[in-house]
Amino acid sequence: MAGSTLASPIADAPAGLAPLAGEATRSSGTWWRFRRHRLAVAGAVLLAIMLLAVGFGPLLWQVPINDIDFSAHLDGPSWSHPFGTDDLGQDLLARMLYGGRISLAVGLAAAIVAIVIGTFVGAIAGMSIGAVDAALMWLTDLFLSLPPLPLLLLLIYLFRDPLKQLVGPELGTFILIVAVIGGLRWMPAARLVRAQFLSLREKEFVEAARALGMSTLRLVMRHILPNSLGPVIVAATIDVAAAIILESTLSFFGLGFPPDIPTWGRILFDAKDYLDIAPHWALFAGGAIFLAVLSINFIGDGLRDALDPRTSA
Amino acid sequence: MSRYLLRRLLIAVPSLLGISLVLFVVLALAPGDPFGELATNPNVPPEVAAALRAKFGLDDPIALRYVHWLVAMLHGDWGFSFASRMDVDTLILQRLPTTLFVIGSSQILALMVALPVGVYSAVRPYSMFDQVANLLAFIGFSLPTFCTGLLFILLFSIYLDWLPFVYRADISASGWHWYWEEFKQAIMPVTVLGLAQGASWTRYVRSSVLEVVRLDYVTTARAKGVPERIVMVKHVLRNALVPVVTLVALTMPAVFGGAVVTEQIFRVPGIGSLLINAILANDTPVIMAVTFVFSCLVILFNLIADVLYGWLDPRIAYR
Repeated sequence: MAGSTLASPIADAPAGLAPLAGEATRSSGTWWRFRRHRLAVAGAVLLAIMLLAVGFGPLLWQVPINDIDFSAHLDGPSWSHPFGTDDLGQDLLARMLYGGRISLAVGLAAAIVAIVIGTFVGAIAGMSIGAVDAALMWLTDLFLSLPPLPLLLLLIYLFRDPLKQLVGPELGTFILIVAVIGGLRWMPAARLVRAQFLSLREKEFVEAARALGMSTLRLVMRHILPNSLGPVIVAATIDVAAAIILESTLSFFGLGFPPDIPTWGRILFDAKDYLDIAPHWALFAGGAIFLAVLSINFIGDGLRDALDPRTSA
Repeated sequence: MSRYLLRRLLIAVPSLLGISLVLFVVLALAPGDPFGELATNPNVPPEVAAALRAKFGLDDPIALRYVHWLVAMLHGDWGFSFASRMDVDTLILQRLPTTLFVIGSSQILALMVALPVGVYSAVRPYSMFDQVANLLAFIGFSLPTFCTGLLFILLFSIYLDWLPFVYRADISASGWHWYWEEFKQAIMPVTVLGLAQGASWTRYVRSSVLEVVRLDYVTTARAKGVPERIVMVKHVLRNALVPVVTLVALTMPAVFGGAVVTEQIFRVPGIGSLLINAILANDTPVIMAVTFVFSCLVILFNLIADVLYGWLDPRIAYR
């Protein structure tokens, strides 16, 4: 199922032909439309470079992230420290490369959690009629009117210590942040999936499959869900960007990862007291967050145009 | 109109109840105990701690505690802040005006940026102006508010030394000078918040105007010889704003999130920084109350959006 989903157009396209139409031509059409969006391509390239850098960078740049050297304290960029050093003389490039892994991983994982919950809720609401649907949508609206940041701060604060004791500080904070961000951002996906399901389940090809005696679960998994994923993918990219921002906001308040795990937000939090004497420290960390979010937003915009031919006209 | 408002208010009640329930369950499930410090404090005898727990009903079943809490909230008894040593409702009332002022002015700024830029981009789609505006809008909503805040401090307070970066509630000036100082210290927080909002609103306005401007009745209005300015303001913008209002109402919770960040960076004494301080000081009644106030504000803004629909499009009747 997973292989065929990415290329699916949204429901308003002639979905009746979906299982028959050539998968290759349609996906290349999507790719072609995506390529025309220059900023989206630039975003994809930039994001790929960042992913490669945080993935393989620590192997090439083997300066330890916590090597304290007071003689090089608060130095600006130089050949031995391309991004400069922080107040303890630790190499910022090494810290950014290591922290970027966590920042980007949190973003991706939180978006996956949000999309899975949202798709699940939306699918149930879209397939059921009456009370269940109404109750789920009421719940969705309720969550939409919860202010996410205050609640996020509250949840992190309340549940941080017990989880840390349970699975260790690093993994505990990771699980908590991913779960909470995902748990507070599933609503848009749920609404999108429900809307798609409502229109798709009345389509002829679904009716045909049902007439052939397909079970509801199989019907959903094989026919309705794959065709409803277009807008969800766009929502997912936006969720990745939002999750990266939220994680760095938390770290910025000192409520995110512990100090020895230098995520980008955490680096910025440490740097903000040295703005006047060492601005490079804050600028590199802030710039990394900004570029990651910007390129993801551009990719999302390009995907929206590519997956929905109506709006790109 | 008043019946419509009344019905909307009645619909908001279950949402408020639901939100309060979510908040209460979160706090009740949390492992922390507001009296945890009392129990370990050697100066407090155990029977006093037990008496306090009984007084505040901490050992009651959770449903009963929720009802007690709700009744107390409705009576205006919002609890006592352990950190600030004063009643929570006075504390919040002291700080709420500042927050509303900062959020309100930033929304006005955002509107003043988004409306003209969005409309102009939509009138000339894919022009140079549109592309630059689009790029700037993307940059605007990709920059997290704390990044913009730090950049502003770096630029305007440290390098140029034009603006103060700490918001002071006790300015020792009077008359015009006081207003000037207030204005100067509000510039940075309001701009940071307003530009972040304005960036995403610009895109909403643009896409919405773009949809409306193609419609037949606009062509008709132009063909009749109605001046372009009147076509845009009266025919296009008014209809284009209906979906924008929906989207803006949906982003309100995020605006309050941005307000919390901005208040914390610039040390604005509003309820957002109160929340952060309360969380860091384990001040449970304040945390509950502030989160609840934020939720009420979100619902209030949804209500305003509902009223705006009717004003923008009379077909959406107040029924």
